[in-house]
Amino acid sequence: MKLSDIIDELGLAVEVEDCCLDCEVRGCYLSDILSDVMANSGEGYLWVTIHIHPNITAVAQFKALAGVVVVNGRNPQPETLKKAEEHKIPIFTTDLSSYEIAGRLYAAGLRCKSEC
Amino acid sequence: MIAISDHNSAENVEAAIAAADSTSLTIIPGMEITSSEEVHILGLFDSVTAAQGVQKVIYEHLNPGQNNEEFFGSQYVVDKDDYVISENKRLLIGATDLSVSEVVETIHKFSGLAVAAHIDRERFGLLYQLGFLPEGLELDAVELTGNSKLSEVEEKFRCSIDLPQICDSDSHFLDDIGRRTTEFLVEAPTLSEIRLALKGIDGRWARCRGENHA
Repeated sequence: MKLSDIIDELGLAVEVEDCCLDCEVRGCYLSDILSDVMANSGEGYLWVTIHIHPNITAVAQFKALAGVVVVNGRNPQPETLKKAEEHKIPIFTTDLSSYEIAGRLYAAGLRCKSEC
Repeated sequence: MIAISDHNSAENVEAAIAAADSTSLTIIPGMEITSSEEVHILGLFDSVTAAQGVQKVIYEHLNPGQNNEEFFGSQYVVDKDDYVISENKRLLIGATDLSVSEVVETIHKFSGLAVAAHIDRERFGLLYQLGFLPEGLELDAVELTGNSKLSEVEEKFRCSIDLPQICDSDSHFLDDIGRRTTEFLVEAPTLSEIRLALKGIDGRWARCRGENHA
């Protein structure tokens, strides 16, 4: 599933322009413990979190994630967005909760560790 | 030397200092502050006034809610003889809306030492919550409270921690005090001397005592 399709399907707000939005999303992971995300997410995954700290961009870069969805209407810290722009990490926001977003991603056919 | 470091509060520090008066025990005013990322940062201060200054900021930023004694116990404020003066009704177990770096900045604004609390622990430990030390975070030290060595923590998180370390008990109960300690070579048991010892200035030093002497 393409990132751009997911953005349309879920109505996500794109916070970082100039990012590769036509890449393929290979799976999804939901966690608010960054050490856990580093251990259990994978390349090309979309990560759902309430975190807005700059470390989320570093984790996304380190794990080569497809992007980060920040939920609950939370605004990423300016430093987070700056770093995301620098490293071309797609960051999205939504007013929906983690639960709602996870449900919609699953309904759209996205699985944790889906083989694409 | 012990530090009184309640969660998001310093209201009992003054009584502890008064109770320790005319004993050889030194009380360092402290506070264990919860950031918005649910990371615990320990603030150590050189005066009750500084701790109270930070307390004012923290109370302004503490997420609203009332303590429930049934779950979290009573939050009494006591005098030096252990008599209850009042009860703190705030939800001190909760988090503030300050980011980790804002918490560190607040501690430094009041000339305190900012320590990443129990980095070897899962719950509320900086490394578990945020994966690694955030770039540019001006910590003065990291704290170990379990039986782990810093090298083990570094290996676990595959990162190098180029910061002074202290070891202590993170006591939530009286019997836990002194379960793990740090030895300082200093001129006097004061915060400014601890600061110098952490930096290893003029022959001073700080080192964790025994890995476990329970």
